Amino acid sequence: MLTLCLIALGGLVTSREAGMAVPDWPRTYGHNMFLFPISLWKGNIFYEHTHRLLASLVGLLTVVLAVWVWRKDARAWLRWLAVAAVLMVITQGIFGGLRVTEKNPDLGIVHATLGQLFFLTMGSIALFLRRGWLAADAVQSAADTHWQLRLRRVYIVATVFVLLQLMLGATMRHQHAGIAVPDFPLAYGQLWPATDSASIANYNQIRDRIVDWRDPAPVTAFQINIHMIHRLMAGVILTAIAFAFWQTRKHTAGGHRLRTIAGTWLALICVQAVLGVFTVLKNKPVDIATLHVVVGALSLGCGTLLCLTTSRALHSTPTRAVGEETRGGFTIAGLPAIS
Amino acid sequence: MAADISGVITLKGTPPPEQFLPLDPLCVKLHGDKKPATRFWNTGKGNGLADVFVHIKSGLKPSDIPAPSKQPVVLDQSKCEYLPYVVGLQTGQTLEVRNSDPVLHNVHPTPVVDGNKEQNLAQLPMGPAVKFVFEKPEILLRIKCDIHPWMFAYVGVVEHPFFAVTDKNGAFTVKNVPPGEYVLEIFHRKGGKQEKKISVGADGIKAVDFKVEVPK
Repeated sequence: MLTLCLIALGGLVTSREAGMAVPDWPRTYGHNMFLFPISLWKGNIFYEHTHRLLASLVGLLTVVLAVWVWRKDARAWLRWLAVAAVLMVITQGIFGGLRVTEKNPDLGIVHATLGQLFFLTMGSIALFLRRGWLAADAVQSAADTHWQLRLRRVYIVATVFVLLQLMLGATMRHQHAGIAVPDFPLAYGQLWPATDSASIANYNQIRDRIVDWRDPAPVTAFQINIHMIHRLMAGVILTAIAFAFWQTRKHTAGGHRLRTIAGTWLALICVQAVLGVFTVLKNKPVDIATLHVVVGALSLGCGTLLCLTTSRALHSTPTRAVGEETRGGFTIAGLPAIS
Repeated sequence: MAADISGVITLKGTPPPEQFLPLDPLCVKLHGDKKPATRFWNTGKGNGLADVFVHIKSGLKPSDIPAPSKQPVVLDQSKCEYLPYVVGLQTGQTLEVRNSDPVLHNVHPTPVVDGNKEQNLAQLPMGPAVKFVFEKPEILLRIKCDIHPWMFAYVGVVEHPFFAVTDKNGAFTVKNVPPGEYVLEIFHRKGGKQEKKISVGADGIKAVDFKVEVPK
């Protein structure tokens, strides 16, 4: 949860363009970061500084988690995953710092992407430590392996799309392409806007009539293209997740956990699409743009949960229980049997 | 022998209304009852357009270009705004940014031309000035404060000292221009670029006026 809060705060920092409000790192205006006087937490310093402090707390808790897993959990792969989480959070901190000191927005893209991957890792560790997950080893699965494999494939493809979309989103945010196209569903009145220099000049004239105190720089062909690819990808993801939900419904009974998660995933992605549209139409308000980042992270989390849950079922011993009949459905290890 | 180029730049059309700045409480206090707004289309007497950067785009011989002045160009941060909004600077000349505010600012030039260095410097309340030098021409180079995200200033950087910025009534004077044939360019951040061929004699030229249209 704290990692999700950290992503939200990071999104807020970018939405408010506060990333450079503290020009030094690892110190803060020459102070030890943890001793920076509260009286100076003003304006955008507040957002950037609290992001750094929360990141430090998450880093500390990740180390505590890794030590705990290493001492208490027998699964070697999980121990190493916890160590990997520590390395990720350290790397993430360094990238965040370098983005500031090197003044390089590309490092911001890496920082944002790694943040999502770290969230995915922490969510996975939390899942692996759940009692239900551990108990699943003992559960005998009467599995229709064919459908499990098929569903898992759909989940993995859709989740990879979501991850790619988050990377595109990070690129948009750090390259200021979020409102490179100010209309929707069309783009400058076209399906795909022309990006020759005369058209770009024309778009910039249109944009100059929109008075925005943030005074955005003139838009470029790169920004328009990346924005349009993000829109296109959103359509692909919406279709992929709707298909994943339809497939899940087809092969699971009502109330099944997979169906609930897939339904939540579809709902999240619909909300995400609406937030994306409002980000464009409302000229990127800070709250909506930040929520768009958070829901993106939750969508990635949902997809990962589905991938891991089906993988877990497939890796359980597939022994058919007496009297168990799947009738086209399947049983997921550790979850209630279904028909 | 040198002469001055003078003129007035006027705005044609009705610009969209300016937007109030979302100041934080500390900066609101500095303004009292006044609510500052964006300064995209500052006009004065006779619809004269302020903050237009005027410069000689071409025609100067290398021998006409003097070394940059030792005098810095000064930009102040006052009541959480940059003053003036637009300034001109010769490459190699110093831009001195002061902080007259009782609040912390950071001064962050964000050049896009290779060779001009991006820097991000903290500046204490009413603290010592920070200084920048830019080596390459760039029109217009943006300076911002990331603590107060509505604070912007723009610097027209050119290789020579033959530039000016229009005053509140749209008037400008480019001083001490050597006689010759030139292209004079104007640039307004929202109104775009225009240029005119001009001839400067030993006695100067009286007026080179421009009309900037609000984009439709």
